[in-house]
Amino acid sequence: MGLLSDPNRRRALIGMLTRLNAPICLVCYMAGVAWFMGLAFEPFTLRTYMSENAMGSTMVEERFPSGEAALATGREFAAHKKKAGGMPVDWLVRTMQSKGLEVFTQRFSRKLPFPDENKERYMVKGYNVYGILRAPRAPRTEALVLSAPCSPGNDNNQAVGLLLGLAQYFRSQIYWAKDIIFLVNEHDLIGMQAWLEGYHHTNTTGMDWSPLQGRGGSIQAALSLELSSDVVTSLDLVLEGLNGQLPNLDLANLFYAFCQKIGVLCTIQGKLPRNDWDTTSGYSHAVQTMMLMVLKQASGRPWGDHGLFLRYHIEAASIKGVNSFRQYKTDATTVGRLMEGMYRKLNNLLERLHQSYFFYLMPSLSRFVSIGYYMPAFGLLAVILLLRALDLWVQLSSPPTRTEDDGTEVVPSSPGVLSILTPLVISHLTGVALYTLPILSQETAVEHFPVSETEAVVLTAIAIYTAGLALPHNTHRLLSGEGTEQGWKVLKLVAVLYLAVLLGCTALINFSLGFILALTLVPLAAFITPHVPKALSAFLMVVLSPGCTLLFAVFFFQELQETPVSVQEGWMLFLSVISQGILDHALYGSLVYPLVALLVYPCWLLFWNILFWK
Amino acid sequence: MAASRRQRLGLWLVLCTCLLTAAAAVDADNDDVQVSGTGHDNAAGGPTVPPGTGEQGAGRTPETEDRRWEATQEEVEVVEEVQQAGDQDQDRVVDPPSEPPSRDDFKEELVIRPLHSGDVYASFQFRTVWDTDFLGGHKVSHYRLFPKSLGQVITKFSVRELHISFTQGYWRTMQWGQPYLPSPPGAELWVWFQDTVTDVDGTWKELTNVLSGIFCASLNFIDSTNTVQPSASFKPLGIGNVTDHRFLRYATLPREIVCTENLTPWKKLLPCGSKAGLSVLLKSEKLFHSTFHSQAVHVRPVCQDPHCKTTSLELRQTLNVVFDLHTSGQGKREWSLFKMFSRTLTEACPLASSSKVYIDVTDNPQGEQFDLSPATPLLSQAGVLGDRRTYSVYDLTQQATFGPTRSLNTLLRWKSPEGDMQGPLLHSERYVAGYGLQTGEIHTLMYNNHPYRAFPVLLLSTVPWYLRLYIHTLTVTSKGKDNKPSYIHYQPSKDRERPHLLEMLLQLPPNSVTEVTVEFERALLKWTEYTPDPNHGFYVGSSVISALVPSVVAMDTNSTLERPLFNSFFPCKEETSYFMRIYTEPLLVNLPTPDFSMPYNVICLTCTVVAVGYGSLYNLLTRTFQVEEPSPGLAKRIANVIRRMRGVPPL
Repeated sequence: MGLLSDPNRRRALIGMLTRLNAPICLVCYMAGVAWFMGLAFEPFTLRTYMSENAMGSTMVEERFPSGEAALATGREFAAHKKKAGGMPVDWLVRTMQSKGLEVFTQRFSRKLPFPDENKERYMVKGYNVYGILRAPRAPRTEALVLSAPCSPGNDNNQAVGLLLGLAQYFRSQIYWAKDIIFLVNEHDLIGMQAWLEGYHHTNTTGMDWSPLQGRGGSIQAALSLELSSDVVTSLDLVLEGLNGQLPNLDLANLFYAFCQKIGVLCTIQGKLPRNDWDTTSGYSHAVQTMMLMVLKQASGRPWGDHGLFLRYHIEAASIKGVNSFRQYKTDATTVGRLMEGMYRKLNNLLERLHQSYFFYLMPSLSRFVSIGYYMPAFGLLAVILLLRALDLWVQLSSPPTRTEDDGTEVVPSSPGVLSILTPLVISHLTGVALYTLPILSQETAVEHFPVSETEAVVLTAIAIYTAGLALPHNTHRLLSGEGTEQGWKVLKLVAVLYLAVLLGCTALINFSLGFILALTLVPLAAFITPHVPKALSAFLMVVLSPGCTLLFAVFFFQELQETPVSVQEGWMLFLSVISQGILDHALYGSLVYPLVALLVYPCWLLFWNILFWK
Repeated sequence: MAASRRQRLGLWLVLCTCLLTAAAAVDADNDDVQVSGTGHDNAAGGPTVPPGTGEQGAGRTPETEDRRWEATQEEVEVVEEVQQAGDQDQDRVVDPPSEPPSRDDFKEELVIRPLHSGDVYASFQFRTVWDTDFLGGHKVSHYRLFPKSLGQVITKFSVRELHISFTQGYWRTMQWGQPYLPSPPGAELWVWFQDTVTDVDGTWKELTNVLSGIFCASLNFIDSTNTVQPSASFKPLGIGNVTDHRFLRYATLPREIVCTENLTPWKKLLPCGSKAGLSVLLKSEKLFHSTFHSQAVHVRPVCQDPHCKTTSLELRQTLNVVFDLHTSGQGKREWSLFKMFSRTLTEACPLASSSKVYIDVTDNPQGEQFDLSPATPLLSQAGVLGDRRTYSVYDLTQQATFGPTRSLNTLLRWKSPEGDMQGPLLHSERYVAGYGLQTGEIHTLMYNNHPYRAFPVLLLSTVPWYLRLYIHTLTVTSKGKDNKPSYIHYQPSKDRERPHLLEMLLQLPPNSVTEVTVEFERALLKWTEYTPDPNHGFYVGSSVISALVPSVVAMDTNSTLERPLFNSFFPCKEETSYFMRIYTEPLLVNLPTPDFSMPYNVICLTCTVVAVGYGSLYNLLTRTFQVEEPSPGLAKRIANVIRRMRGVPPL
């Protein structure tokens, strides 16, 4: 740092940074994107390995024998479900009791802020049924959870059947050291949310539930099973939870180890691992897998019933049975043995899973990228903002230039606090409006326009978002004088630093979201001044705004999932994604919607303001 | 308002006095021989030793020791003669003339209670009563049935009462009803010292270490951070009027694992070891293939006779075990001694004056629920835990019990698959609420399932110091209303010194749930204070709920009557209620834990950040930078000096 202490050298360094600012920024951006793309390249990634010694390689035997009986139970469950028109509570209670579990039920109800058109629900009422297998000679201090959703229609009957079969088999074993809770939850995540809040006696989202009667102490790990066919070709592991939280990597390792041991095809993001990393198609396969994970994580929503456990520091994952048209099939007994093996290993745990990584990306199930490897990609993007801020700072603090023509010193009036504060306050007020108005004004909107509640909410959100574009005019009306050259520079300095802090914090919590936002917002923040061509820049800004990022992400996600959609379908999907985001926030406390509405969007508006600075 | 307070106070007094006076007239159920001699202490051989010789004993001269030894040799024969006489005719009261120097008596008993869930509960009780006055401070050096290792400890540390239990598992009150002797998961130790002890804490420390060696357990981990002095919950169970809780110490180790290494020393305390009698059933491979295992040792002074002129020392060893229908029973509702213990009974312990097997057949009066074979004509009725129960009795001292096969293998076979169980009147639940690693809330729920009677309970919770209780957040609610405790004893914790102690006397309204909540903050420990497995979490011991529960039948208050051992532990003072103690679940709480696995990385990173980043930034921010003027030449300096002298500004 002698470099900075010496004024001459400091001047030289700063001079170079300001002179070469644009090229350096460009290089950083390219390097950041290239680094990110390189993460999926196999030689740069690490092979997964089990860090937890208590779950060492193959110390358990899997002997679960009764897959067929479990499927029969599943069919019986389906029949009772059809008869009851929902959760067959009495039948489940009786069945679980006959298998020797302590059985309890929980009733819950929830009125959604507006109807959910995807799942067709508004007033949700339901029951959770759970049975606790008490571990012999254990003092009820630790528990594991196995859950299966009671889905409408014909889904997941096999999962419930297998859950009951496993319960019966587990009950006759002596080796359990932790209680095992077998949970059948209705209304997928809403039921799970009610159960978890009841178990931990918290109420974060204003749901109405009846208190739980039986508990098993602190839950160490949870798995959620989804199975809709008697045989499966592969098992898919879902890790992404609420707000982009991920379970400890050892849970994924455990699943992978048992798939290898038992010989079941296993996938992540529905993609099989491939060995041809040195070919272009192999590499692009890995990139696709990783990008799917990034997009799912960035969405901040739970991608399986396990997602809500993570808030309570419970390591959890969902296992989904996939039945495609491949030849090789796996029967329910094998799936049961896999679950048995995993539970026996989890039962051996002496401590919570903590040895392995909590922050990672997976380009395939056997490879991972740890936080130390992916953070530089974001760092390279974030440094651009700091460089631009430095440039602006130097411009602002450099001695006033002598104008050649009249020889007098132009003393630039230092911009008043108001000229900075006004756009800041107004853009944040717009953000608050975007956050609150869609739900508040749905009734008014439904009265005046021929739309449903859901459409009303989404369209109000889009309307407010678009109305924000008219903001510069309103801001200027409030400002007393003309905006000065100094004024926009100070405003941009504030906005750039604001964005840097915002993205930095976001990336620490949810790397994917932070990176995607940085990818679009950083170039925009870097080049915007009032002097660039207005029309073209405005178009670019709108394209790079958070809303359009979401639209592109929807198309991109569909493309990656190999289910491309037309523009019309894509738009409908976009609308439903917005409504889901708002619902996720209201129901489970997902933070993406408030983050975008209250912070990212106002920040983007500041740049929009700079573009139309007068 | 005042009236209700008085009423509550009254209830508290009732509860306390009941517990106290109960102790004063403890069951003296040593029915067979009653020694009323007061001067037998002198006859007990050797010189009368003044009080406090326990500590001085080590310094005794060899001559004295020899004399004592000779004296006790003679005494042995006397004792054995009397013992034989007693064995021949158990009901005959031996009169003072023969005056045995010190009598001891051993009884053994096994109670089997078939449970509605299909599980089976077996409870062993072994009782040795020794008519000797330990408490007077007399040196006793001859031991017959009473284990010497314990006797020496009791003398040395002036222990009045000692209760120690090791439990693996949690008693499921909802499925199993009440146990005969409750115990919390892990290890529990509570001791009343005699009022002659001056340094109670020091004695307690030594005692725990000695017991740790005797029972091969981690009792040496008991220190001031987990020891409390409850003011009301643990009154002496034996005779004695010491109620000053300065002489009481109570500690639990919820993490203690119980296994064969604890069972072996426990069995060694039995007169017959595991060679004969009921103790042959105690095979560890079966006892630890169970759902619940609890073993305990209780030492207390009891009355020798109804008038309670002199006291005896009672040692009660109990072992409770529950076998599970699905894991041990292979799902068949059929239990036999052989299936439970992989042994059958062939004889009573020859040293035992009574050796019986009780089987609870209350739910099976006409044999419609289950078959019991071999059938026994002996039936016994007793008011147990507020209910009248009927037992089939097998007397092992009778040869007829064993039948032609010379072995007893009692078999229980269910006919109907399930029976209805009447829920327990009182049960409890406890859990930690909230998420995150900063704060939390402890909820304790107490259910009074009695349809119309309220009853008082004493709640005792001990919370380690690293959970900092916010006592102002303490709330007690029943049926949605505030339930004001009539007595609260709260001792705040001191960091690294002592735990929180909270005792409350509450009235549970009929048919209600009473919820006690208190918030806490999780402390950040020093890095050396974490256990080797910090991510496992930290244990909070069970809360203790002591209650006087309304009884369905009139309880037997006459403590001098002959009663089965399992029914004579807790004294009973009122006909309408009985004493009951239940323990809640222990809690496992996670504390904020640093990542211990990467200290090297952390040190490197921290050092780098401090050295490079912070250091230079600090440097930049605190220094002022000035551009240095090049120093002027010599000629210029001289010229300036001249100019200054002339009063002209320098160049």
